[in-house]
Amino acid sequence: MNITEPFAIGNSGIHLLDPRPRVVIAVLFSTITAVLQQFPPLFLAFALALFLVFRARLNPVIVGKRLTILGLFLTMIWLLVPLTFEGELVTRFWKLNIYLPGIVYSAKITIKSVTILLIFMSLVATMPITTLGHTLHRLRLPEKLVFLLLITYRYLFVIGEEYVRLRTAMKIRGFKSGTNLHSFKTTAYLIGMLFVRASVRAERVNQAMRLRGFNGHFYSLEDFAAYRSSGWFLTFALSLLILILVLEWLL
Amino acid sequence: MAALTTDSAKTDPLIRITDLTFIYPGSVKPVLRQLNLDFHQGERVGIMAPNGSGKTTLFYLLMGLLKPDSGTIEIFGKPVRSEKEFENIRKRIGMLFQDSDDQLFSPTVLEDVAFGPLNLGKKPAEAKLIARDTLNQLGLEGFENRVTHKLSGGEKRLVSLATVLAMEPEVLLLDEPSNGLDEETKTRLITHLSDLDLSYMIISHDHDFLYELAQSNYTMKNGQLEPMERMHIHYHSHPHTSHRH
Repeated sequence: MNITEPFAIGNSGIHLLDPRPRVVIAVLFSTITAVLQQFPPLFLAFALALFLVFRARLNPVIVGKRLTILGLFLTMIWLLVPLTFEGELVTRFWKLNIYLPGIVYSAKITIKSVTILLIFMSLVATMPITTLGHTLHRLRLPEKLVFLLLITYRYLFVIGEEYVRLRTAMKIRGFKSGTNLHSFKTTAYLIGMLFVRASVRAERVNQAMRLRGFNGHFYSLEDFAAYRSSGWFLTFALSLLILILVLEWLL
Repeated sequence: MAALTTDSAKTDPLIRITDLTFIYPGSVKPVLRQLNLDFHQGERVGIMAPNGSGKTTLFYLLMGLLKPDSGTIEIFGKPVRSEKEFENIRKRIGMLFQDSDDQLFSPTVLEDVAFGPLNLGKKPAEAKLIARDTLNQLGLEGFENRVTHKLSGGEKRLVSLATVLAMEPEVLLLDEPSNGLDEETKTRLITHLSDLDLSYMIISHDHDFLYELAQSNYTMKNGQLEPMERMHIHYHSHPHTSHRH
């Protein structure tokens, strides 16, 4: 088991930018994209997202792979929504009615979701999870949530390894998963054991932290002064976002 | 007896445990039963005893992670009972956990080593400096930005030691520090530990390791600490062909 961060390290203009405005713009930009109703501003948002991905010099193959996962969900939508969102009839296919509003709706969902994914790939995935944690802390996200993010990231691997070990131990004693009560029971034990181990470990980690003087406060070593000034980026991104909103209102 | 009192009065023990008893909830048999120990400045003590005999429990009690059922613990000349008192003690006594994955919770090495100093109220720049110094001291230059979960077992143990040392403790409690280490890393750990100007207690099952580092050794029987003979300690069940003693 592994979490890869293929975009985190790089030296593009976007990688060198201060992470704080990047996160703020990503949140603003995706929220606005999510509520847009008109096609022209949607296309503009999509173009902006593409531009950011291009500027971040992300590996197009990996970007494609990540979009494929989204593609599965979108396929479901394209299969169902045009048949069920009733309105003006476009065509009849065998005995199925295909409706125009359904097609329009599916198209909007497609553009929106792809755009939001691209925004996060270019602006947020281009920093290591650790930096993201410290950035959110600087942006005044509650300390508990920041800890939750960072510690989840740290211990996911440990719990994953425990899972693999338990799984192997089951295998070498001849366990094969099937559709029977024994398999369900064993799998339930496995999951239960993971929870038990995770909570026992959480207790020990907490003790180790207390021994080192932990008092619930989060201190960050991240030095945001080291990043490139982000004035141009903020101006550029904000003015485009305003343009998108104006387009939405005018049309 | 009077002579003994004057003698120990000259060097007050760093840690004095008197009649310490501890029973795990739900159990009837005490793990520690009226345990006594005087631990002095500069001492290096090994504890070797079977699994489940209460060694780790003793450390947990000393650090205030568990509360004794009876008995007293005096550290630096003062009895410690409340969580507040233990919080002050923890700044001066460092404990190395059995499993390094419990100790290293930060994503990167530098952050983890700087965690203690930051909690002690150091400024980030200062904490970074201490962390770097400690890492260098243990021969871990260039580890600052390594991701903790991707370190090898030996590296994790050394970085864990760094996280404890960065708090500049006066006493170290080491819980099976050589467990799961290869010979090379073990030698490295022995070198670093013997170079330290610190008092420490080591829990270990490793004869060679204790032989190198501990001046006196204890075992645990019926919930009490019993001194072990030096000769006894160095009894080997395996033949030696590769190294001399």
